Amino acid sequence: MAISNPTIVRSAAKSSSTAPLIEVHGVRKTYQLGETEVHALRGVSVSIAAGDFVAIMGASGSGKSTFMNILGCLDKPTAGQYLLEGIDVSGLTKKDLARIRNQKIGFVFQSFNLLGRTTALENTELPMLYSRVSKKERESRAREALALVGLADRAEHFPAQLSGGQQQRVAIARALANQPSLLLADEPTGNLDSRTAVEIMDIFQRLNAKGLTIVLVTHEPDIAQFAKREIVFRDGHIKRDDVLPSPQVASDVLKTLPTIED
Amino acid sequence: MELSAAFLLAIRALARNKLRSSLTMLGIIIGVGAVIAVVGIGQGAAAKAQEQLAALGANMLFVGSGSVNRYGLNVGSGQTKSLILGDARAIARECPSVSRAAPGTGTGQQVVYGNQNWATQINGTEPQYFEVRNWPFASGTSFGEDDVSQAATVAVLGDTVRKYLFGSSNPIGATIRIGTLPFKVVGVLAPKGTSPGSGQDQDDVIFAPLTTVQKKLLGQDWIRWIMVSAVSRDASYIAQRQIESLLRDRHKIRPGDPDDFVVRNLADVADAAAEQGSVMTILLTIVASIALLVGGIGIMNIMLVSVTERTREIGLRLAVGATEEDVRKQFLIEAMFLGLIGGGFGIAFGIVSSLVVSRALEWPILIPPYVVVVAPLFAIAIGTIFGFYPAKKASELNPIEALRYE
Repeated sequence: MAISNPTIVRSAAKSSSTAPLIEVHGVRKTYQLGETEVHALRGVSVSIAAGDFVAIMGASGSGKSTFMNILGCLDKPTAGQYLLEGIDVSGLTKKDLARIRNQKIGFVFQSFNLLGRTTALENTELPMLYSRVSKKERESRAREALALVGLADRAEHFPAQLSGGQQQRVAIARALANQPSLLLADEPTGNLDSRTAVEIMDIFQRLNAKGLTIVLVTHEPDIAQFAKREIVFRDGHIKRDDVLPSPQVASDVLKTLPTIED
Repeated sequence: MELSAAFLLAIRALARNKLRSSLTMLGIIIGVGAVIAVVGIGQGAAAKAQEQLAALGANMLFVGSGSVNRYGLNVGSGQTKSLILGDARAIARECPSVSRAAPGTGTGQQVVYGNQNWATQINGTEPQYFEVRNWPFASGTSFGEDDVSQAATVAVLGDTVRKYLFGSSNPIGATIRIGTLPFKVVGVLAPKGTSPGSGQDQDDVIFAPLTTVQKKLLGQDWIRWIMVSAVSRDASYIAQRQIESLLRDRHKIRPGDPDDFVVRNLADVADAAAEQGSVMTILLTIVASIALLVGGIGIMNIMLVSVTERTREIGLRLAVGATEEDVRKQFLIEAMFLGLIGGGFGIAFGIVSSLVVSRALEWPILIPPYVVVVAPLFAIAIGTIFGFYPAKKASELNPIEALRYE
């Protein structure tokens, strides 16, 4: 698939600060479940530079989802500090957090979460509905984002008319619509067959190559192999944090996989 | 989010579930329609009652002898001889709040013209009666003072009698027979309709000079009633007291003894009728408001279902940057639209149904313009009020849990 028109991806080189995009210091998260306290995160510190591509691994209950929710500003840490682009997010109001999610973060989910009976184009426009973008610009930016994921010709299709891979690509286009500095993907390939999964990873790699920072949660080691860095969670701690010396290149892997006719 | 985008979103969400949206609106349609119809019909009926009372006579009081039917205008039953012509003259002369007084008596008779005949009420009175009753002539004129003093056999017909005896031909100058006596028709009264007090047909009557009826039809010299008009509507209560004390004086009734006459103030009848009408309107309005309230509960119910169904959508919207306010606004606007569109159709439904009722019952309708404005505003308010809780619930969803919701 052709990836064209790269202007929509905010280049890391243009980022004003040299500080890491994400800085997390001693973050804890405790849930109160009835009488018992559940320690989802027990002091996590990590720093992610702009332009990185991080895969977060771990068994269920390891705290990786909680960590993702905190990175995505959907949840606040019980203790510790989270700086996103140098801004301490832990002290912000709900309204400010919504603004940060809208402007700085793009979400991709395992189950796509597209709105039914709404075209790919309108799904892509969704984040822009919540920022001051004129109708005309919304549409042109959404078309641009769809072109970026190779769906320029599917803009008027409804989710039900698209394959799983295509739906996830719409979801990626939606995540890119507001030109975020961080793309958070929560098991984005979990509902896809292996070839389509690699296709999605190909898109991520290309976006990353253009400077987009990506944090990806997965429990599939095959998928984590496409990232530049792998962080493994266990029992609310970071167990391992490795830079992968030679990540797999998705476009090369695709050549070895049999093509499935649509 | 821009308001225009929010409105579009709401319309699309409602259009997605057309049947459900229209059923929800139906509650509001019936509620608003009922309010408009009830107020329209109620106001129409009140206006008609006012009109009828005005037609009854200007500031009118009725004085009857002893045993008179309580419902005022049924004047035929006075059987005592307590009222005499002198009472009527004294009332007109001595009560300052009285402007006119017309004495009268009456009898039921068979009336014949050509091959038509009709049983009706023959009232004997004096020309000022028609002024007291505020009763215009359709054709011809009243009998005059001379006719009264000479006991002339002339008659004025009520509209119903004219219809039965003459149909479409001109009765003026014709001679009819009342009992055994021939009478010359000199005038025909304009139709007055049914009496709001008794429901009696006021046009089913013939008027003749008092003396003629007393001497030639009844053979009596007393009168049965006096129709009095007060100088103003407010003066009618004072006039009533003046008449009562004057008649007690003239009839030499000792303090403590009961009256041998009755004075009925038609302002009382008017007030009673108006009160009855407004009580009815209030009751019906309450019922209609309950319908509207039930419609509002319907909106709330369906909005709650909608919030639950769209939990994931709400989670997604929150994740991509919708604020709580955005989500709240989205659902509030949807609820408001349900109210607004329901209100719009409700106005149409209310107007149509009150027209149908007015046709069927031959009742006038009067829909005050304020109702057409207030009722839909009320419907929107109901949508907003009852949509508020579901909207609040939606906006307070935890995005993480909402996104995981199955």
